[in-house]
Amino acid sequence: MSVPIIMFFACALLAVLGAVLLILAREPIHSALALVLVMMSLAVLYLLLGAPFVAAVQIIVYAGAIMVLFVFVIMLLNAGVEERTDFSKIAKWVGVPLGFFLLLVTAVYLLHSSIGTTIATGVGAANQAADTRELSQQLFRQYLFPFEATSILILIAILGALVLARKDE
Amino acid sequence: MGFITQHPVLVVSLVKIAVLLFIVMTALAYLTWLERKVIARIQSRWGPYNVGAHGLLQPLADGLKFLFKEDMTPPTSDRLVYLLAPFLALSLALTAIALIPFGPPSVRVLGQSVFIISDVDIGLLFLLSITSIGVYGVALAGWSSNSKYPLLGGLRSSAQMISYEVSLTISVVGVLLLAGSLSFNEIIEAQRGYWLHFIPRWHVVPQIVGFLCYITAAIAETNRIPFDLPEAETELVAGFHTEYSSFKFAMFFMAEYANMITVSCLATILFFGGWLSPFPDSWTWQIFLPGAGLVLLGAYCAYDTVINMRGIAQIQFLVVTLLALGGGAISLYPPVASVIQGPFWFTTKILAILFFYIWMRGTLPRFRYDQLMSFGWKLLLPVSLANLVITAFVIIWPLLRHG
Amino acid sequence: MSAIPISWYLVLSAVLFGLGVVAFVFKRNVITIFMSIELMLNAVNLAFVAFARARGALDGLVFVFFVIVVAAAEAAVGLAIVIMLAQHRESLNVERVNLLKL
Repeated sequence: MSVPIIMFFACALLAVLGAVLLILAREPIHSALALVLVMMSLAVLYLLLGAPFVAAVQIIVYAGAIMVLFVFVIMLLNAGVEERTDFSKIAKWVGVPLGFFLLLVTAVYLLHSSIGTTIATGVGAANQAADTRELSQQLFRQYLFPFEATSILILIAILGALVLARKDE
Repeated sequence: MGFITQHPVLVVSLVKIAVLLFIVMTALAYLTWLERKVIARIQSRWGPYNVGAHGLLQPLADGLKFLFKEDMTPPTSDRLVYLLAPFLALSLALTAIALIPFGPPSVRVLGQSVFIISDVDIGLLFLLSITSIGVYGVALAGWSSNSKYPLLGGLRSSAQMISYEVSLTISVVGVLLLAGSLSFNEIIEAQRGYWLHFIPRWHVVPQIVGFLCYITAAIAETNRIPFDLPEAETELVAGFHTEYSSFKFAMFFMAEYANMITVSCLATILFFGGWLSPFPDSWTWQIFLPGAGLVLLGAYCAYDTVINMRGIAQIQFLVVTLLALGGGAISLYPPVASVIQGPFWFTTKILAILFFYIWMRGTLPRFRYDQLMSFGWKLLLPVSLANLVITAFVIIWPLLRHG
Repeated sequence: MSAIPISWYLVLSAVLFGLGVVAFVFKRNVITIFMSIELMLNAVNLAFVAFARARGALDGLVFVFFVIVVAAAEAAVGLAIVIMLAQHRESLNVERVNLLKL
């Protein structure tokens, strides 16, 4: 029972707990906080997988900016309304167990496949600074065009959001 | 004993965390004392001087007051989020201090460095990520108070924090380009050496524009004057922490000062050489500076005790004098003196920046909210971007010329 | 340093994705549906990083970077649409948005 395995199970449990809370929460603000919990535990899992830069970007961008945007919108729209979740009986009694069965089959297949038994060596093995440097070299050499394209995408998103959210005059 | 030698990392880390937590909490308390004294002097009055000698027990009195105040909870608030917000704010603010190196990594006990709790290779990025989650404490506090003024204050304050966070991050990248690494130790090591034999090679000199952008963005991030409209008393009652009382309010209060300390630590590491001393290493007498400073302080306190103090304040100040003189005597002993060099210079620089913060608070009027936001987006962001582009260009220029 | 097989990460990713789909299908609030999409994207990111570590190549991490950026752009535009919806329909219930014209 070494530390990486304990960390993995703790973070996996927190992530699944967060996802379940997202489904079961009655107020949207609680769902948003549950999603932030999922993102933080995923960031720790990225650290365990030896990708600290991606973990930091996940926290800064996803948990620290996108989810803040969600929380802002929930607060602005005062979305404290409780939802009626009366989904159909077939979906509840047949769909969910079937979904679990499908997930079980997938899990069994994954656990016995060849890619599944590859070992993730975790934080101690990978050289952390080299990860950032190599990642940036790949990003700016091989993937330069997608990088520039995403910058234009962000510009379009900003303009779109500005135009859409303006009040009708 | 065997346990300690078998698990050195765990034991030394726990001791370091306990000591640092104690020091940071005391520093937070006395930072409030320092702020009240300095602002009082700027405003031609005394500041606290009743509670202890020179008001030194005022933070203790404030802490007791916060503990014993009536704890009110607004009746229609969202209980979970209401309780979560101050905890989140304070724990994030204190977590950020764990990444900071207070001294050189060469000073070691049981193989672990004494002055650094965690030496992460991308420490700068993690510190920025912790600051970026700090927005949640403010936004959730404003929302869960279920009242107009806190909601407005919370929304405005968190919008301000996320706007200035962009400029903060970009102004730091210039330093990153000069140092070539995200690790704090390497950034400090890149600032060793001297130009013309006496100007230290600190990043504030080539990155002066970056430093000015950083300090402005940092003041805005921590919601201090001149950027503190969301929590100003005359504007929004008390902003997002209106509905909080006693210990929960104290947690927000401590979180704000802890954030101030964190950004000051970051400024010293990035721009002022961290724990490096400003004097060249060949001036070996500089290791006696902390001791000499403490002894001088003790002498001043002794003079004050004898001439100005009476009664119980005299006894309290006598204790302070003895502590200062004792500390000075210990620090003059050469092995101790060479060890405390790093933390001494680090603390001096942090105190200088905190004094600057408090000085700003006593001197400047505050920005209106729309002025604040247009300043952040229309002036500060373009200036820090221009700083980044010019720095990158200057670094690349030799490579471009030689092909 | 003991080892964790990649398959554990993949199973976790599948579970999170499944929970995201459940939330997407069964929830009625538009913002919560949006958040379930983000949950699904996060699950996929985890799978990408796990595979990147398994193969020893960094392409997976670059792709994660792009997924995060695209998710940010999508969240911005999507939430702007949600705000427009809330202003015009006075409700955030997705069952009420059943006309072609806003």
